[in-house]
Amino acid sequence: MSPPPAGKKPSSPAAAFVAGLKAATTSVFTFVIIGTYISIGALGHDFGFSVLWVVLSTLLMWAGPAQVIIITALGAGAPPAEVALAVGLSGVRLMPMVVALLPILKTPATRNWELVLPAHFTAASMWVEALRLAPRVPRAARIGLINGLGTAFMAAAVISSIAGFYLARSLPVLLAGALLFLTPISFLVSTVRNSRQLADRLALVIGLVLAPLFTLADIGLDLMWTGLVGGTGAYLIHRVRQATR
Amino acid sequence: MNALGEFAPYLVLILVGFLPSEVWRMLGVVAARGIAEDSELIVWVRAVATAILAGVVAKLVIFAPGALATMPLAVRLVAMAAGVAAFLALRRSVFAGVATGVGVLVMGTLAFGG
Repeated sequence: MSPPPAGKKPSSPAAAFVAGLKAATTSVFTFVIIGTYISIGALGHDFGFSVLWVVLSTLLMWAGPAQVIIITALGAGAPPAEVALAVGLSGVRLMPMVVALLPILKTPATRNWELVLPAHFTAASMWVEALRLAPRVPRAARIGLINGLGTAFMAAAVISSIAGFYLARSLPVLLAGALLFLTPISFLVSTVRNSRQLADRLALVIGLVLAPLFTLADIGLDLMWTGLVGGTGAYLIHRVRQATR
Repeated sequence: MNALGEFAPYLVLILVGFLPSEVWRMLGVVAARGIAEDSELIVWVRAVATAILAGVVAKLVIFAPGALATMPLAVRLVAMAAGVAAFLALRRSVFAGVATGVGVLVMGTLAFGG
């Protein structure tokens, strides 16, 4: 811990962190995370995991779709190596998210270890909100803001997964299905909101179409190919449009 | 039960859950070094991330897990479309989009069976 600089401005790291916590209270994603993690907690209970295991999976993995994969696959008795591959493939998306987010957070004085926590907090919900909120505050306050937001999101997820774990037996199928639906619908709507450039909009539409086709064709690594083919295609169309304008 | 048996699920969680996801984030930290926020590379990387995220969305809805699989596919797809339509129609409110999507899913399942 370095000593606090004399004459602290309102944009101190602590104030930025608190601003991040507060931003979470008005984010639609807090509600989405609560619903999603109630369903993940219930899923963990139904597949025979302990509540501690479910909580640790949230803290360590912090990616809803990957947690659904590991719980349902391990719980159904799939070989761990196969599950690791599936989790790893679903985690590919985290890398471009981190690469797109960190340059927005960095200052010339930022050291690499300071970026480890924002990178760990990076998940779809967090990424979408970070891209929206970070540019609104001074650059020096951004890492604190994002760590506050991530902490609040993760706390909501942990509490909700514990609640879901103990509610599992009394959760009707209709409600459980609706809660699982929160992840795709909120990812879709918020990505539509954040897609202001042509490249992003095209990538969204192409990705929606390509992924199911690649999955049905059973080509393997379907999400990675969706990203590379869909993202690159969208980017090239955007470049051509720019060049011909 | 021996000690290993008790800790095995947590070891599996670290090897099969934590490491395969975290490695991508740390690779991202390394890859992001020296890239400017407004570079063309970032536009491409963001398009790749967006396409993958869209892929996750499509797969979660079409090849649905758990209780969501008991709801009709057509209802799931219509609910997604309704959510986006509501978002666009109702002052670009994400909350309105999500609430409409979930509402259509629940009502559709009640009406057309699950």
